[in-house]
This record gives sequence, C-alpha cells and structure tokens, in this order.
Amino acid sequence: MPEIDPAFLALPMRPLADAALSRARELGSEHADFRLERIRSQDINLRDAKLEGSHTGEVVGFAVRVVHQGTWGFAAGVDLTTDEAARVAERAVAVAKVSAAVNSERIELADEPVHPDVTWVSSYDVNPFDVPDRDKIALLADYSERLLAADGVDHADAILRQFLENKFYADTAGTVTTQQRIRLEADLEATAVDAAHGQFETMRTCAPPVGRGWEYLTGGTWDWDTELSRVPEWLAEKMKAPSVQSGRYDLVIDPTNLWLTIHESIGHATELDRALGYEAAYAGTSFATFDKLGALRYGSPVMNVVGDRTVEHGLASIGYDDEGVQTQTWNIVKDGVLVGYQTDRRMAQLMGLGRSNGCAYADSPGHIPVQRMANVSLQPAPGGPSTEELIAGVDRGIYVVGDRSWSIDMQRYNFQFTGQRFFQIRGGEIIGQLRDVAYQATTTDFWGSLEAVGGPQTFLLGGAFNCGKAQPGQTAAVSHGAPATLFRGINILNTVKEGGR
Amino acid sequence: MTSTPQETVERALGLSKADGCVVLATEVAETNLRWAKNTLTTNGEMRSRRVAVISLVNGATGTASAVVERSAVDADALESLVRAAEQAARDAGPAEDAMPLVEPADDHPGSAGWSEGPAGTSVEVFHTFAPELSEAFSRAAAADRLLFGFAEHIVESTFLGTSTGLRLRHDQPTGRLELNAKSPDFSRSAWAGQGTRDFADVDVLALDAALGQRLDWQRNHVELEPGRYETILPPAAVADLMTGLYWTATARDADEGRTVFSKKGGGSRIGERLTDVPITLRSDPWAPGLQCAPFLYTTRSSSDLSVFDNGAPCAAAEWISGGVLANLTTTRSWAQRTGRRPTLQVDNLLLESPDGAGGVDDMVAGTGRGLLLTTLWYIRVLDPQTLLETGLTRDGVYLVEGGEVTAAVNNFRFNESPVDMLARIGGVGRTERTIPREFTDYFTRTAMPALRVHDFNMSTVSKGV
Repeated sequence: MPEIDPAFLALPMRPLADAALSRARELGSEHADFRLERIRSQDINLRDAKLEGSHTGEVVGFAVRVVHQGTWGFAAGVDLTTDEAARVAERAVAVAKVSAAVNSERIELADEPVHPDVTWVSSYDVNPFDVPDRDKIALLADYSERLLAADGVDHADAILRQFLENKFYADTAGTVTTQQRIRLEADLEATAVDAAHGQFETMRTCAPPVGRGWEYLTGGTWDWDTELSRVPEWLAEKMKAPSVQSGRYDLVIDPTNLWLTIHESIGHATELDRALGYEAAYAGTSFATFDKLGALRYGSPVMNVVGDRTVEHGLASIGYDDEGVQTQTWNIVKDGVLVGYQTDRRMAQLMGLGRSNGCAYADSPGHIPVQRMANVSLQPAPGGPSTEELIAGVDRGIYVVGDRSWSIDMQRYNFQFTGQRFFQIRGGEIIGQLRDVAYQATTTDFWGSLEAVGGPQTFLLGGAFNCGKAQPGQTAAVSHGAPATLFRGINILNTVKEGGR
Repeated sequence: MTSTPQETVERALGLSKADGCVVLATEVAETNLRWAKNTLTTNGEMRSRRVAVISLVNGATGTASAVVERSAVDADALESLVRAAEQAARDAGPAEDAMPLVEPADDHPGSAGWSEGPAGTSVEVFHTFAPELSEAFSRAAAADRLLFGFAEHIVESTFLGTSTGLRLRHDQPTGRLELNAKSPDFSRSAWAGQGTRDFADVDVLALDAALGQRLDWQRNHVELEPGRYETILPPAAVADLMTGLYWTATARDADEGRTVFSKKGGGSRIGERLTDVPITLRSDPWAPGLQCAPFLYTTRSSSDLSVFDNGAPCAAAEWISGGVLANLTTTRSWAQRTGRRPTLQVDNLLLESPDGAGGVDDMVAGTGRGLLLTTLWYIRVLDPQTLLETGLTRDGVYLVEGGEVTAAVNNFRFNESPVDMLARIGGVGRTERTIPREFTDYFTRTAMPALRVHDFNMSTVSKGV
C-alpha cells in the first residue's frame, strides 16, 4: 500500500492552515477553508522514436477561500510562510468585499460531517516519478520503433503524461484531509503518408489514461504488445478502405469510443451547476434541467448510469473532495430515467438536497474549487452479451472503436463524433473498415435507441486528462466506464462530403 | 527571504554545470470576477511564480536538452532544480532541434528594463468596472434579462537569461471581458467579448445595451433547415477559425505530409494561392493594442516551438499574403534543415484586406438573403486532411433578408474547413480587435474583419441555446 510522499508531508501545511483560518475568523468570515497542493507532472514526447521534448514540472502553492458576510472571496499564494498565509486570507476577504457590490445571492453551504484528520492514497504499484527518465524514453522509443518497423508506417508519435497530485485541506469546521493520487497516460500513434496522392491517415492506441502507476506500461493490465503489433495493420486497412455512404446505420460501439460520448452527453449534462445556469456563458447549460429530475426519459430502459468518485484506478476517484466531503457513489440514470446530479456543498444547500455528493475540485492551488465531473459510467447487464454477440445481431451496421474527434452543443443536444476504426457489419459479420465516418445525433434520441448493453466481460474504464470547464479555465481528469453497446438507426455522415469535396 | 526573479535567473545560471543553460523566471498576478444570473458566482486574486531551467548537455552525437520547472523555488531549492535539469538532459539523448543558443545583439528586443520589478495586478483593477457591472445587473434586471460572464486581468512578467549572456524581460498584460445576456427562460441568448490590456477601455453598460438589442431581435424566431448558406461571420467567429488555421500552420508537419498545408507530391503548399480575395493573415509583436513578446520564450519543444530558440527575436510575419500561403511557423532548427529562414510563432494574429471596409451592419445591409452569426463553439478538427472542422453556432443566428435582420433562427452544427472557406469569401469588412470566443483561454490578441462566405455548410440543426 503506497504512502503519502514524506517530502509533501514535510511542507508546513498545518501552521499555514492555522495562520490563514485564524486570520479569516478574526476578520469575521463565517466559513474559511485552506488548501495546500503540490502537483508534480512530467510530459515526454517522442517523434519518430526520437525525443522531441521533455518537461518536468512541480507546482506548490496554497489557497484560502472564505464566505464573508454572504459573499465568496478567494485568494492564492506561493510563499510558504505563516505571514503570507495570513496575508492571503486577508486578500480573500478583500476580494469578497470588492465582490459584494455584484453579489445578490447569500452564500451558504450544506452541512457535512467533520473528518478531523484523515488520509487517502490512490492505488498503484510503482510511482512513475521514481522511474529514471532514460528508462521511460527507452520504453517509448521501443514502442515507437515497433510501429515504424511495419510496412506503411511513415511516422510514429509517442506521448507520456504523468501526474502525482498531493492535496492538504483544512476548514473552520475542523475537517483536515491529506491525500495523494497518481495518474498516467500513454498514446502511440502511427501515421501513413501517401505523398503521391496527397493523403495521410493515422491510427492511435486505445489504452485509456488511468489512475495507476508505471506498471501500467510494463505489467499485465493493458496488452501493449498485441495492440502495437496490430496498429500498423489497422492503419494499412484504413488507408485502402472505402469511403462510407452517409445514412442510417445500426452501431455497435466499443467502450474505447463510447466513454467520450458518455462524458459529453451524460457527464456534462448532469452537472448541477450547468443545469442551474452557472456555466451558461462558457461551458454551457443542460437540457436536463432541475425540474426534470425524476421525470426525464434520458434513454431506453436498459440505460443505467452511475456517478462515483470511489472506483479503484478511476481518474476522478479520491477520498474527500476539495470541500472536505467524503466521496460517494450514486445513480444518475436509472432504467432510462434521470434520477441524480453531480453537486457541491453550495448547490446542495441552494436546491435543498441535504448534502453534497462530493464533486468539488480545483485543478491547482491557484484555482477556486468548482463542481467537476465524477466518474460517470454506463452499467453492463449482468449475464449480458459479448461484443461478438452484439455484432451478430446487426444486419447492416458499423462497429466503432476508439475515440477521435468530438463536439457537442452548449445545451448538450447535438453531438458528432468520429473514431479510430469503423468496421462495416453485414449480415452479423465484420467485413472490413470504412473511412470518413462520423456519427451524429441528439442526446435523448441516441440513448433512446440503445437496444442492448453488453455483459461485465465487455466493460472497460476509459477516460481523459483534459476535461475543461470554468473561468478561469480548469482541467480535470475523469474516467468513464462502459460495456459494448448496440444502438439502432444512428445518423452517419461522410466527412469528405461534409467538406464539399 | 524571497529572491527577485532576476536574482533567481543569475543564481541558477551561476549554479549550472551544463554546457548551456536557459533560465526562465515568471511572476504571474491575476484577478477575476465571474457572474451568472445577475449575481457574482466566483472570484479571485492569485499570485504564482515559476522557474524553468533548461539544461543543454553536449554528447558524442549531439546536444541534449531537458526542461525542469518548479513553482516558488527558494534559494536553497534552486540548486536541486538545476541539478535535476542537468540529470534529465543527460538522460535525454541528442535533441533533434539542437541549435546554438541565441547570442545577445545590440537593441535585442526585450533587453530594456531588466532590473525593474514585475508589473503585477490586483482586484483593484476592477475598481470602476465592478460598480458599472453592478449597474448593468440593475438595468438588465429591470429589462427582464439575465447577465452571465467573466472578467479577468492577468499580468505575466517573464525574465529570461541564458548562458550566452542574454537578459530579456517581457511584461504581458492580458485582459478580457465576456458578457452573455439571456431571457429569463434561457430561450434567447446573445454574447459580446472584448480583449483589453487594463480595463480602462471597457464599457460594460454599452455592451449590455447592445446585447439587449440582440435579444429583442430574437423575439421573432423561425426554424431553418440545414444546408449551405450565404453566411456573415462577425470578427469573433472569424478569429476562432483563423486561430485554428494558425495553430496548424507549422512547417515541419506540412513538409512531412501530415497537414492541410502539405502539397500533393511532397513538400508544403507555400506559394499556393488559397483565395482570389487579397487577404493577409499576419502576426506582429508591435501591433497596436495587441502587443506581445518580441522574443520567443518557451519551456516546450514540439514541431512549432523549440527550447533552443529561447530569446530569439520574433519578427512580424505574414502567413497568408494577398491570398497566397506565404509562411508557416518554422523553428530555427527546421529552417536550417530545410534551407528556409526561421519564422517563429507570435502570440497575436491579424487578418486584413486592402478592400476591407464597413462592419457587420454594413454587411447585413448588402445581403439579399443569408445568415448572420454571433460566435462559434466547440470547434474540433473532423478531418485533418482538409482541416475540416466541426462546431456549433452560438448566442444568436439571424436570418437576413433584403438587407435587414428579419428573424432569429435555430442554431446549427457546421462542418467547414477554414482553409477551403477562404476561396468562398464574398466580402471582407474592416479589421477590428476581437477575441476568439472558443480559444480565448489560449489566444486573446486578435484583430479580424467580418467575412461574408458563400455556401457555408450548416450540416445539422442544434436544439441547443
């Protein structure tokens, strides 16, 4: 069981928290919280098996958030002294005072149990920051060389991203949490160039980003050998594949693709701050407004979606959120009906929900926590079919694998996605790839056409590091699990025709 | 005791045992207000500091580089940072973009004012804006509309030192206001955005009044089918499309056959006419109101940037000249490998035409039947081969008939290539400062005209508002 990095524990978080919280109390704030974070990061990029760039970063800083006479105030600093902690608390109160002129909604937070001094560490074997850089570069070079050695591959790009995130939180109610988590992502992409015809095409690995350590790249959790050996074949087949004929098709969607559709059309649409309008000028709102809770038919009866911040290796998983709330698991869609949202303490109080389900998150010490996405996952059917059995049930359709382009409107109705591979299905069998495919739908129509979900043997936790929201912009990592799925009659576009060619 | 950024740069360079070293010390001060439904939602005043050490280590087969960057480095921790960068460089192996570090020159851009402190900002930058915003909330409430939005002011002071003796600084103020007005039922929505260096030029009451007019236009609503429409793109929408084009315009990727700017048969499309309209797309660090760093600083190497180019002057550059693709961003090393001159990425973008005249209103007046957009949203590349992009119209699509706005219409999902689109430009307005609504987190300094585009592909209808 990993333990919290002693170098983080050596930072003077407790005296700084005492200085900040006592200053905020003296200045009359009704609530104050203090958060000190250290985020270590490393990106390594290889281009054609040669190192293109490496960047190793470490951010340390702290923030004080107050509710002062009913108005938020937030300030952040980087000098780890008690004087600076007190000064930042004063600035948070000053920000609240300037902001009071434009505030007409008295801020109150839902009550939460106090957790006096708790610790949480994510599940991993090898801290990637303990692995020498040369070993990482050598492994990525080996993986790249395997792609480049294959016929038809002209370029190989490799990206490795790693994070070690430590958070210390203390508030005036008495909750104190100390946490650590690790996440890692590796992408290998092969490019084929047909210069004579002025054409190029790419094929990327589908290994999802995960809350695991370096063992993810070397151990048995993802079959890199098989995937790297097949990427060049798939790419060569894609280069020669026929262009799709636009129209309606049945789709069998692999979890390597569907996780992103879940993210955009369910994950964001069931964020309560969006539903209430707090993101209206930027990330957008939601068609799934609060008045529809318990009534909106989101999809077919086989659709069951759960939110959680607890699943092992999940990117949004943590013990306690950035408001000191213990994380939970809850239903968002039950038997096709909207039954839950993702919340934080302020919204839970505002909407009379009793308590928060623990979705407050700030991506760095310098940013204010906002409601961010839990791991939102589509549930498999116990004893449900395999991917092959779902494909066997399709006469004319497409099997969609891997994510690529994505876009959805500001109210989460109209979306359009592409993928890594689109396999044509005829008479229940795969007969080869298609090119130039995009699928487009309106959220509730799409989920309403969900005919079947696969069994637990088809379930995979996908995800992303780069979910954006809020102003100033914040980035969050989140996982989405899905089984293989069967949708009937989905609109397929031909992207070349869309471009007017 | 906290060191000044200049002291940090000198000390780190002094500690370096590598064959070459670049140190970037950055001080950031920022403040913001965010609001929704005529009231504040979040706010903040933040300070941060980071120090990046880029070590260069010569080996038998070339020079290696690595970047290690940390925040809030005190004097004691600086040595461990320098050593970590050196170890990372030794682990890295030869860098493909290796070049000699930039040497100081007379009048090197950025060499003035080295010893002065960081510029900074605080929440007080909103001292006149906040009361005006409060007044705007009152007027909006009285007129039955809701205001949403964000105001932000960031001042980033960068101090760059190299082992070759360069000492450069740049203070970059970046401010923006985004204002969104909606009807109480959220069925009507309008947007305005503005880039600013100091908020002195922001008139939020005027912007609110203009949005009120747009919401009034939207009281008459008609549904339109998808299709290819004559479309007027206001400057903010043009800014997003041109920013996407600019980010793709890298020489190396094009030369390798991997982008829309790759030529059939090999090489890049430099020299190819993209449109008969004499538009020029350019960057200029000294463009009035859009001033940005006149020298390059970066902590990342990729196809469009190289850490070896730190301190190199960023010259004004034309990417498209009179409708012809003229330059692609080219690092010093790629320029050397391909026998070109370097054209480094610059942090602003301007689109102009010598014939450009009039604003959106003039363009509407000259339109028989077409669509007037407000902004574009959720823009993603659909097909890199043609730079086909998809996205949504947002916060106001209007039907123009007989030179007048006659109704508001539903939103659309568009599928269009900003490169192919250039050949279908049917009119260019005067260039004015704007911000790209989608990409404004990453790129704010733009000046664009409104464009009239024939046959803009509105692929499907979006019910979203």
